[in-house]
Amino acid sequence: MIKVENLTKKYAGFTAINNITFEVGKGEIVGFLGPNGAGKSTTMRILSSFMPATSGKASIAGYDVFEKSMEARTRLGYMPENVPLYMDMRVTEYLAYRAQLKGVTGRRLKERVGDVKELCGLKEVQNRIIGTLSKGYRQRVGLADALVHEPDLLILDEPTIGLDPNQIRSVRELIKNLGKHHTILLSTHILPEVEATCSRVIIINRGRIEASDTPDNLRRQLRGAGGIRLEANPGTDDAVAELQKIAGVKDVTVQEEGEWKRFLVRADANADLREEVFRLAADRKWRVRELSQRGATLEDVFVEMTHTE
Amino acid sequence: MTKFFTLLGREVKSFFYSPIAYVVMCFILFLTGFDFWWGVSLLDRGPSDMTVVQAFFDTFFFWMTYVLIFPLITMRSFSEEFNLGTIESLMTAPVKDWQVVMAKWMGCLIFYIILWIPTTVYFWVFTWATQAQAAHAPGAYAGSYLLLLLMGMFYCSVGCFASVLTKNQIIAAVISLVMILVLLFAGLLQYVMLDVSGTMRDVFGYFSPIEQMSSFSNGIIDSRPIAWYLTMTTLMLVLTYQVFQTRKWKV
Repeated sequence: MIKVENLTKKYAGFTAINNITFEVGKGEIVGFLGPNGAGKSTTMRILSSFMPATSGKASIAGYDVFEKSMEARTRLGYMPENVPLYMDMRVTEYLAYRAQLKGVTGRRLKERVGDVKELCGLKEVQNRIIGTLSKGYRQRVGLADALVHEPDLLILDEPTIGLDPNQIRSVRELIKNLGKHHTILLSTHILPEVEATCSRVIIINRGRIEASDTPDNLRRQLRGAGGIRLEANPGTDDAVAELQKIAGVKDVTVQEEGEWKRFLVRADANADLREEVFRLAADRKWRVRELSQRGATLEDVFVEMTHTE
Repeated sequence: MTKFFTLLGREVKSFFYSPIAYVVMCFILFLTGFDFWWGVSLLDRGPSDMTVVQAFFDTFFFWMTYVLIFPLITMRSFSEEFNLGTIESLMTAPVKDWQVVMAKWMGCLIFYIILWIPTTVYFWVFTWATQAQAAHAPGAYAGSYLLLLLMGMFYCSVGCFASVLTKNQIIAAVISLVMILVLLFAGLLQYVMLDVSGTMRDVFGYFSPIEQMSSFSNGIIDSRPIAWYLTMTTLMLVLTYQVFQTRKWKV
């Protein structure tokens, strides 16, 4: 659905995105992650034909976003960052205007506007002036606008920024449902959101793609960032050395809490050492009150990949 | 074409969403009303060879009001979209750049035409009240309002051009005001350039809206200003379109 090849965008004296290549297939929900200024919005703006790239190619549904911009735009629902809307229009009026601009006419216009109002929960504010709506409702108006012409592809730039937790949850549900019929590329800083909604994650940092995989695979690669938590009273001082002897252990850190010690055993990627740790503790007759695996979160992956000294 | 009319519809309606339309209308009606009263009281003073149309259009008050209209109605057109960021949702919808430029210009022009409609009532009331047939002439009406339309087309395109240059409405208003004043004062140069040859003064005279108005409000419809305003409007719209496209390179 989206095909990006060697895309580069340079501003005066600064490269926003540097030779990136990725693809998004039909029906995927892809999360676009990266720190501020990594080039997420720039990439999305190029994909939506809002600005041209310095070099490289991008296409939507097979249409080049520069040469066949009209066809590409017709197939795309784009929600820009901060959702710019005409503050002086009423919700229904705005959606009808946007639908007409996107080529929806006649009876279908009324149907579509009705449908997206229903879908995005805008019925109760349909006659209000957009400027008087809360941030959450404006966000939904932006989403309804992106959906109104039934595009094949949705590009959402930080769809949940500035929303309260309840609103985030409802927008997340909405996106998940939309994913059944649409291809979605969304950018966000909220990592649990990506874990909950996306089938694939692209991590971008300083204009380059650092990783592109499913959230599970990314976490698996980085299991070492998590590790095993052991809370025990070994009664001896050589417990750390003993733990380090287990094959596959990268390092062991320890925190003292009275006579109890809390060990964090970091293992190599893809190794599960819970059994070995348990056997060691049992052999040495340590008193154990907790043994658990702390899985790496997407947050660990994100920090690991985008961390700069 | 449907998309163009959708855009145009929103442009015209947007004037009436905000208080701007009503404030500008009141302001213009107040000034033109005063101008009309002034013209009529001038005619009332004694015998005059002026018609009421000339007394209305061919005065200082008229021009003072006139130059203020355009910055007020055109300053928002592009600047506001740039400033609010709505340009991003607008230009990522499948609309062409020229459709947006034409819709914005024509939206301003339509509002400008709406502004002048009430002034026709002045003449109707005047004729009804005075029964002074000599003071009113159909040719003069046709000429004056035709020139008003032509100048409106041109100055709206100047205003749109100023607005596409910046995201600050105040700066846009000042730029268009200065451009329009320069055009207006260029026509006045003929009165100050005493020692310049006759042809030079004629040339300035041709471009002077004040000179043009004095002949059009007399019922003399000259084809030269018509050609001038039509070509200049086209030129300014082409320039506006070009500048509008450069946004892609500087975002």
